[in-house]
This record gives sequence, C-alpha cells and structure tokens, in this order.
Amino acid sequence: MPIKSYLAHPHNGQKETLIQELSALKNCEVIPAENKEVLIVVTDTDSKAEEDIIKEQLEAITSLKLLAMVSGFNTPIKN
Amino acid sequence: MYTSVTNRRSFIKKMAIMSAMTAAATMFPGVMFASEQEQKLPKGGNLDWKKAPCRFCGVGCGVLVGIEEGKAVAVKGDPKSSVNKGLCCVKGYHSVMAMYGKDRLTKALVKKNGKYVETSMKEALDLIASKMKETIKDHGKDSVSIYGSGQWTIPDGYVASKLFKGCIGTNNVEANARLCMASAVTGFLTSFGIDEPMGCYEDIDHADVFVLWGNNMAEMHPVLFSRMLDQRLKRGVKIIDFATRTTRTSMAADKSILFLPQTDLAVANAICYEIIKNGWVNKSFVEKHCNIKKGITNMGYGLEDKYKFTDKPEEISFEQYKEFLEDYSPEKVEKISGISAKDIKYMASYYGDPNKKIMSLWCMGPNQHTRGTWINNLIYNIHLLTGKISTPGNSPFSLTGQPSACGTVREVGTLTHKLPHGVVMNKKHRELAAKIWDVPVENIDPKPTYHTVEMFRALDRGDIKFMWIQVTNPMVTMPKLKRYRDATKKEGRFIVVSDIYPTPTTDIADVILPSAMWVEREGMYGNSERRTQYFEQMVNPPGEAMSDTWQLIEVAKRMGFEKQFYYKEETHIEEIYNEYRRHHEGKKHAMAPLEVLKSQPGAQWPYVDGKSTQWRFNAKYDPACSNGEEFHFYGKKDGKAIIWQRPYEPAPEEPDTEYPYWLCTGRVIEHWHTGSMTRRIPVLHKAMPHGYVELNPNDAKRMQIKTGDNVRLTTRRGEMILPAAVNERGVPAPMQVFVPFFDENMLINDLTLDAFCPISKQPDYKKCAVKAEKA
Repeated sequence: MPIKSYLAHPHNGQKETLIQELSALKNCEVIPAENKEVLIVVTDTDSKAEEDIIKEQLEAITSLKLLAMVSGFNTPIKN
Repeated sequence: MYTSVTNRRSFIKKMAIMSAMTAAATMFPGVMFASEQEQKLPKGGNLDWKKAPCRFCGVGCGVLVGIEEGKAVAVKGDPKSSVNKGLCCVKGYHSVMAMYGKDRLTKALVKKNGKYVETSMKEALDLIASKMKETIKDHGKDSVSIYGSGQWTIPDGYVASKLFKGCIGTNNVEANARLCMASAVTGFLTSFGIDEPMGCYEDIDHADVFVLWGNNMAEMHPVLFSRMLDQRLKRGVKIIDFATRTTRTSMAADKSILFLPQTDLAVANAICYEIIKNGWVNKSFVEKHCNIKKGITNMGYGLEDKYKFTDKPEEISFEQYKEFLEDYSPEKVEKISGISAKDIKYMASYYGDPNKKIMSLWCMGPNQHTRGTWINNLIYNIHLLTGKISTPGNSPFSLTGQPSACGTVREVGTLTHKLPHGVVMNKKHRELAAKIWDVPVENIDPKPTYHTVEMFRALDRGDIKFMWIQVTNPMVTMPKLKRYRDATKKEGRFIVVSDIYPTPTTDIADVILPSAMWVEREGMYGNSERRTQYFEQMVNPPGEAMSDTWQLIEVAKRMGFEKQFYYKEETHIEEIYNEYRRHHEGKKHAMAPLEVLKSQPGAQWPYVDGKSTQWRFNAKYDPACSNGEEFHFYGKKDGKAIIWQRPYEPAPEEPDTEYPYWLCTGRVIEHWHTGSMTRRIPVLHKAMPHGYVELNPNDAKRMQIKTGDNVRLTTRRGEMILPAAVNERGVPAPMQVFVPFFDENMLINDLTLDAFCPISKQPDYKKCAVKAEKA
C-alpha cells in the first residue's frame, strides 16, 4: 500500500495544464503552490502493480518537466 | 493503543504532504500552498513530540521527533529553533527511519575461528577489558587506542578521553573529525589562538554578500542555504559560488567562479593584494588588533611514515607583507588559477566595499587540503584586513559536517594533543584535567602520539595492537584505504567496533558491539555555531544495544577505574555533563547548565550570566572581552589576531601524461557520509542508489562516454569501475572528475592519496591525479 509524494515541475507556462492532467488521474492528489511553479503530487495506491501504472501515467504527461520523489511510505495493514 | 488503518493511512499521507512542502520550501523559499491544505496537516494526533538536534550534519537543526507506542515515527522541524526555524532537509525529515533498518545490530558478536558468534554484552565487555589489559601489559600503554567521531555525543567523547588519557595514560585518542575539520581548528588556533567561529547563523540575516569557498551548501547544508536564498528574496543579497566544480549551489548562485584545484591559495592572496592596492584596508582595525607573521614554507605533504612538522612563526612588517603580495596581482594569479583577473577583482571589490557586510562560508573544500591551515588563515586575512569580522553579518564561518564535530571532538578534545580544556603539552592544562578526573597528574602524558592517518599507519606497523572504533566507518573513509584495511587484518591486531549496522568497518572487527542510536539514549551534540543541544532518551534501543558512553564506562570499571567512573546508570549523563562543564569554567568558554539545555533548543558558549554569546571578540556582545577596546582577540596573549603570510604551493600529486585528470571526492544531498544510515532509508536509497563518476561533457564526448557507461578510474593506488554521470547533478571542469564516497560497494578511497596538511594533519580528499577511460 504505497504512499508517495513528489514535487512536480511544469514546463514553462504549463502549470495549469499540468494541474488539470494530474487531477484527472485516479489515486493522485495535487496541491499546487500558490506563488511558485511547482506542485506537490501524492499518490496513494493499494499495490505495487497500481503504483507502477500510475508512475507510467505520470511519466507520460507532456506538460510535466520533472518529477522528483520526496518521500515514500509503504504501510502494512495493521490489525 | 489501537489505530485504525484508515486513520493511519490518512496520517501517513499527511506526513508525505508535509515532507513535500518542506522540500519545496528548501528549494523555493517563500513558497506558499493553499491554506486549506495546510490546515489538513497533522496537528499531532496521538504523537508525543519531543525536541532533539538532528542526527545528521553539523548545522544542528532543531527537530521534533514524534513518538507513538514506543517508536519514533515522524520528524518535523522545530519552529522554536533559531537554527532552522522549522525547516528540515530531506535527510533530517527521514532521520527516524535510520533507526529501523532490518539489519540493526542487536547482539554483541565475537569472532571465533573466523566466524562471528552471538554473545552477551557482558561477555563481550569482559573480553574487551581483558584484551586491553593484556595488550597494555605486553606492549605498553601506547599499544592501545580509540578512534571515535564527530557523531560521538559529548558524554561519549568525554568518557573516552578520561579513560584513555586520564586513566590508562595514553594520548592514542583520535576521531574522524581529523578528516573533516582539523584544518579549521588549526586555522582558528593560528589566527586567533582559540577554536571555533566567532559568529553565528544569525549572520545570514545581516550579511549583504556571501562567498562560498569550495562549499556546495545547496547539497551539504541545505537548510542554511535555504536561509540565504530567503534573504536574497527579501533583501537582494548576492551569493558567489567559488568552487572547482559546477553544482546545484553554482546554479542557484548569482555568480559561479571556477578555479583550478589548489589555486584558492593564490586567489585569496590576490584578493588581499587588491584590498591593499585599492586602499580598502581598515587601518585602525589592523593597527589595533592584528599582528602579521610568516611561517615555514615547503613543508612537504606527510606522505612518509612518522612525518613531523613544527611551524616557526616569525613577525613581519606590513610593508614586508605588501611586498610578498606583489607576486599575487590578479593578472599574475589569472595565469595559474584559471580565473580572470576581472573575476578576482569582482570578489575583492565586495570584500573591500565598506558598505557591504560579507560572510565567507566553507567546509570540506578548504579543510581537506594539503595546505588546509593556510587557506583557512588566508580567508581570515581578508576579513582582518578589512575589519569585517565579529560583527553581525561580517563573518568568516567554517561549517562542520557532523552533529558534534564541534561539541565533542573540538570542545571535549578527543584528538591526540587535546584535553577538554587546552592541550596535553601544557602543564597547567594537565593539572586541571587530572584534578577533575581524579587521577595523578603524571598519568597524563605530555606528548601527543598519533594523529588519525599516523594512527592507522602505527596499526599497520604494529606499534598499535588494539583499536576500539566507535560510531565511524574508517574502512570507507580513510584515504589510500587498501593499506589501512590490510593493516587491520594483520596478525596480532585486535579491533573492536561499536556501531548500529554492519559496515565495511564491522567486517574487520574481532568484537562488534551493538550501539544505541541518537534518541535511543540521552546525550548532547554541539553544532557549528557553538550551540550545545540536549536530547533525552525517547525510545528503547533494540536488543542488547547500549550507548557508547555506557560501553566505555563498563569497560573502564572492569579495568579497575571504578573510582573515576563512579556514575550511576540512571543519572550518568547528567553527572558526566556537570563534571565536563568544570573544565570550561570562565567567561571564555562557560557551558550552559543542563536545565537550560533541557528547556530550550540549545545554548551557545560562552554562556555567561544566563546568556548565550552570539559574536565573540566583540566587546558589545562578548563578556570575555576585557581590553577596553571594541574588539579583543583574547585567544592570543597580546589580544591580537594574526594576519598570516602564506604562499601558494602546488598539490603533492598533480595530473601528468599518465594520470591526466584531477580526482575530487565528496558527498551528495541524499546520503550522509558513508551512507551506513541513509542507504537504509528506502526513499533516500532509491533516490541515489549507487556511486558514480561525474565527467565534464566535453571530456565524455571525446571518450564517447554517455551517462551509465562504465568508466575505469586508475590512480597510483589502484583502479575501479564506476558508471558515468554526464550533465547530471554536478558538472566538473574539463580534465576533472568527481566521485561521491557514500557507496561502500565502490570504495573510491582505495584510489585517493593519504597526503595531509602538515599543520592540521587533515588529509586532502579533493585532489590527486587519475586516469579516466571508457571501460
């Protein structure tokens, strides 16, 4: 059950497009900076397979210049 | 206490968001996120937040550690800390994860017939004590040694020094800080007669210009760098990166100036030349507060065993000094340094401008240098000539890389020549230490023995038979490593290693002791700005892991020193700290009481009349000033600082036709030093999984090397193959390569040279000759 956070840097002038494209993805939360060209992206998936799929989807976004992972947490189910 | 999976996931998600916000704040000072998102951040939940200094670098950020059900689960920057004001870097943020790697050492291991066998701590400590006694009986007191680090807490280093110097009577006490800031120490001692920076981090809020001397602060001191970037946004300050390689710091700086390795000596002299030539000298300051001296030149580089050097300072006049600088006009220095005369004048003009406050910051560049003491002196010269020192914003500032390089190694004095107060060579200092330690003064040997490189050479020769290594990884960090690795394997050597994880150093141990890490025990660290910070024990260490302090006390008692090691287990840290404070009584170095350290994010020594001292040697701020003047450099008997005449001299091994490149080694932001902790933090390991060699793009193109291709590096010490990095994070200048040292599977120090500064005995990891070719 991985939870990962990233800093996403848009190409020049494409911050709004990037926000829209990221927001359209399932399991993906977007928090844009109000005053800088950077976004926080948090992915919350149930399996490694889902995680791989979302990673591929992220990498395919053309308005995305750079995606830098900040933290990754793998949370086991706690009974 | 039960925590639902939903709540737990929600909490962790919020932590992930907070990590990202912190990272963004480091890269984009002033960045703002939507307030509704910030409101969703965890306000503590079921966590108990406790304050501590960060475990990693020497900046000493204040952090709050979140404890839940006996486990440290989260970290956030302490907003009350004046060091980081709530910020953390990526390492600090993940620091608690370093405590929970799967392969933590939890049991003592003793090598029997070539295999490690689990044993009880009691049995292992018995064995260590008996082995030490037997070695001393058979080979004398100087056959045993201890090698610690700038990650030792203050109590760790204190009891190590007391046991070895005071009780056993050997000065075979060294620490890895010899490898990272010994030149800073000798720089301070030769220029000011007393160690550690006169200023503090608050200088960043006052300075107009920052000159970074070979200091990749964006990666190595990111929180302080972020504070500088913040000041640029608020006040338009200028940042000049003066380095041998283009880094993230260069990219963020207002100006990047690249110099050829070793020629910083010439450039610093050229800046002084310009200051004098243009009439920018603060004459009244120099006349009142400075002497000018020269020392011995052509000292050699310590490449031979048992190398000795003692400087012979000689007073010179200002005119003689001015004449010496004639060889360092910008036009002359341009020819050897690779920097244009225009750029030298540009730097000099900021130092010379009476209306600009200026900070010089440095760390490993000037310190890991075969003329490390000299380049430290030369940076001070610039500040002394202009009188830009010891006032808010005017500050020559040497940074450190370990959490207690200052607090433990420099202040407790865990180096062969040092005592907690003063040096072993001084009778009065020995008498004070002996009195506090309750040992006969004759126990303390007046002669220093081995500095770090020579200590390992002595192990190789057989002069040292027993070595106890605590909280450091010399089998990754020693230069010319193969010689010293082979030394440890020789017949008749006995090595004890105390650590938290298996490392290449535990691989060579006869006994491995599991140590308690950071907030698994109680202790104090001292950071780069003379700030002592306390942390309580917050969680239990795993298995039988024990603090390094208590390991030493147990062995000391077994060796018959119960009287000196009288401490009670429940209160030993407090007892040790109170005893230690007695060594530093007086206005020049008084330490804050423990209750003060417990109540706030640290205090800066000298701590006098309930107040920290932010700027030393300035009568307005420093109660130890007593000469009736504005400034008092009281480390020297006459109260004056020294401007040193130090020439440019070449490095011991420069590129030639056989080995045509310079090899520089260093660190990366994700990993702390040898990576033994940060490589066990999945997110950091994934972000930077292995070592590499950075090449200049033109050199790479000529050799048809792309990122990821294998490159063979060969020096006179050995060869190794690493993947190439071209136009990645850092870009070396033409005919130079850079390799980080964090990867224990790519031991770059097998290739480095064990030359050192003759005064500080600190090795130079930044310069040797290497051949690079496509493998």
